[in-house]
Amino acid sequence: MDTTATIWMPQQASTIASEVDALFYFVYWISIFFLAVITFGTIYFAVKYRRKGKRDQLTSGPHGHTGLELTWSVIPTLIVLVMFAWGFQVYLKMNVIPKDALEIKVTGYQWAWIFDYPEGFNTGGELVVPVNKPVKLLMSSLDVLHSFYVPAFRVKMDVLPNRYTSIWFEAMYEGEFQVFCTEYCGKSHSDMLAMVKVVSQTDYEKWLEKQSDDSGTPPAEKGKKLFTSRACNTCHSTDGSKSVGPTWQGTFGSTEVMASGEKITVDENYVRESILNPNAKVVKGFQPVMPTFQGILSDKDIDALVAYMKTLK
Amino acid sequence: MNTLPYKTYLNSPTGIKSWLLTKDHKRIGLMYLMAISLFFLVGGALALVMRLELFSPGEQFISAQTYNQLFTLHGAIMIFLFIIPSIPAALGNFILPMQLGAVDVAFPRLNLASWYVYVVGAIMALGAIVIGGVDTGWTFYTPYSVQTKGAITLIVMAVFVLGFSSIFTGLNFIATVHKMRAPGMTWFKMPLFCWGIYATAIIQVLATPVLAITALLLVLERGVGIGIFDPKMGGDPVLFQHFFWFYSHPAVYIMILPGMAIISELMATFSRKPVFGYKAVAYSSLAIALLSFVVWGHHMFTSGQSELSAMIFSFLTFSVAIPSAVKVFNWMSTMYRGSISFDVPMLYALAFLFLFTIGGLTGLFLGTLAVDLHLHDTYFIVAHFHYTMMGGTVIAFLGGLHYWWPKIWGRMYSEKWARISWALVFIGFNATFIPQFIMGSQGMPRRYFNYLDQYQPMHAFSSVGAYILGLGFLIMVVYLWHSVKNGPIAGSNPWGASTFEWTHSTSPPDPHNFKEQPVCDHEPYPYATTIFKSTNPYEMDDSDK
Repeated sequence: MDTTATIWMPQQASTIASEVDALFYFVYWISIFFLAVITFGTIYFAVKYRRKGKRDQLTSGPHGHTGLELTWSVIPTLIVLVMFAWGFQVYLKMNVIPKDALEIKVTGYQWAWIFDYPEGFNTGGELVVPVNKPVKLLMSSLDVLHSFYVPAFRVKMDVLPNRYTSIWFEAMYEGEFQVFCTEYCGKSHSDMLAMVKVVSQTDYEKWLEKQSDDSGTPPAEKGKKLFTSRACNTCHSTDGSKSVGPTWQGTFGSTEVMASGEKITVDENYVRESILNPNAKVVKGFQPVMPTFQGILSDKDIDALVAYMKTLK
Repeated sequence: MNTLPYKTYLNSPTGIKSWLLTKDHKRIGLMYLMAISLFFLVGGALALVMRLELFSPGEQFISAQTYNQLFTLHGAIMIFLFIIPSIPAALGNFILPMQLGAVDVAFPRLNLASWYVYVVGAIMALGAIVIGGVDTGWTFYTPYSVQTKGAITLIVMAVFVLGFSSIFTGLNFIATVHKMRAPGMTWFKMPLFCWGIYATAIIQVLATPVLAITALLLVLERGVGIGIFDPKMGGDPVLFQHFFWFYSHPAVYIMILPGMAIISELMATFSRKPVFGYKAVAYSSLAIALLSFVVWGHHMFTSGQSELSAMIFSFLTFSVAIPSAVKVFNWMSTMYRGSISFDVPMLYALAFLFLFTIGGLTGLFLGTLAVDLHLHDTYFIVAHFHYTMMGGTVIAFLGGLHYWWPKIWGRMYSEKWARISWALVFIGFNATFIPQFIMGSQGMPRRYFNYLDQYQPMHAFSSVGAYILGLGFLIMVVYLWHSVKNGPIAGSNPWGASTFEWTHSTSPPDPHNFKEQPVCDHEPYPYATTIFKSTNPYEMDDSDK
């Protein structure tokens, strides 16, 4: 399955990848050809016409040649026209989304990805999709610009705070494929990663069922998972160290001074408010930079996070 | 032959005040040269710190926040404080009036003012680093640049101020080329360096005001929240990208056109041939200057702009490839049936042909829509623009520096050390950036403090290359510094070149450039008909002394 990877390109895991790579290698070999012409031409002339004798001597070479100059204007023009047309043709395929595509909503924020499924639940950090089925990602951001990039699928699109963008792909193999954020978005930009997990149709259906039913998991354990999958951990520590936001260790039940000077005891209601309306009451010494998780975390998710927070003494 | 001229621009008049208030284009050029060289070394040192950190994944010795500030400063310093003013304001200032046979630029006071505006802008930029750092990337994309802490407002104002310095220089050069040419020097008798600087000046004057507007809007957005870029107030962050690249794409031609201009001079002088297809090379500079204004959208293929815009910008982008290709073929053909000397400036010109060709060809991948979607914002882009900007402009700048150094100081540098340094720069540069092409097309995103283990070998290779490159520059600083006082006397025309600064002026030049007004009575680069006697100290036998 990994045999499609080359020195230049990662493995081809989507239906479009081989078309992108064919075009890449077309440009590549054209480039190698012209680089060879320039390099060996230069070396040949440099050796053949190297100075013999004194520097200040007369030379008699030509000053120009209209036919030659036309040739090396017209031929490159024709070649780049091919690149343009071919590039646009594949680009169109990458932008025309099949009607039967499975639509998943992607939300980017500093510094994690959330994937909302049509069945009404969401996951963080892991996009599970069925193999051999077109998938459309409808994407938006909660804060700054991000960009959703899966090298093995050859797809990339910026994720914006004020509008939707979308991409689609059809995975050809089961397996795990890396997602990067490729639009610089601040301190932990390079840790804003996720995985696409491609599974068979039956495994996908089983997985969907399991997601909708998490009755067996204790709330604190579920909260611990959410803490990393929703990337709370990129800004909040659990060991008392200071980060972008306050640590969670020993915070529940403590009394904190707010930026306004007000003193507040951290209870269930304060935590809930800080998740849904983060900038209402910010602890003194921290910036109001947290995005709202309204619509991303369900009431049950918040219950679980509060339960987990209580365990961090 | 083996003494310096008695009276030169360097020693007459004397005193610090005579320098700070000078209206002499040569002194202003030299003051620019000092300033940009300083910032080049600072920007380069920042790059070496980053390459050390990136040798392995994870945190080595600096934090993510510090790393983000480092790449921002590396970019901002190299772009705004070094590469934009590098060739036009330093070498162009010194050489352009002399090649035209003029006593000075058209507006000497404006010229001095541009240097002071540059210094004010540079101090503001350094101030921004000291008082809080900047972590937005040199592109200042909104809304991150509106929301992040740090001295964003100050550095953006610095960019605003530096823009005026660039506009002043551009205005001055346009007027100088139009009005100050020597008797007999028609447009098509101008050396190609003047053509390149002229084309650059047009872009500087037309594009830089857009940068100034964009910078002001960003400052207003941060300061009072006018809601033009910030989506929280109904603004559009993509609009910022359009504004920014409307300047910054033409700006990459502000950077490369003067480099191309130098290469034309070097190929002619060291092949002892007129540049092949002189008119095509001259017109291609203008063509590049004009086309540069209509390709900005190729920075934004993944930004969410419409498919139609993407198609149009892709098409226009390919059109700008043609004049560049024409130039490369013409330079190569200039060598045909020449008499080629491999002096250090020529070595840089040959390195340029190779490196700039790679830079240009890798641009084709990025103009091709479907391929760009994969390569955009990866290390492939980083490698591509370093091949054009460093392999192109900086290598050309070094070629020009080594070419005109004996004119500026009247003395030669050590040829041996210059060749060693050239080799280290060439090897180090390729070793740094070829691995970046590969890891980029393998998916490694740019501006990443941390990275996956699979990219580690390429990162390590690149880091080693960067230190070889750094060593090359260290050697260069030493031998150039040493040559200022101790190098052998160069004489007026060590390369046996044909342009006025060599044929009608001493080295270093007289304060008024020429003893008598040069008159242009020949085609450019008339090596077929005229012998230009060389005064190269490394080539004289005893009978010449």
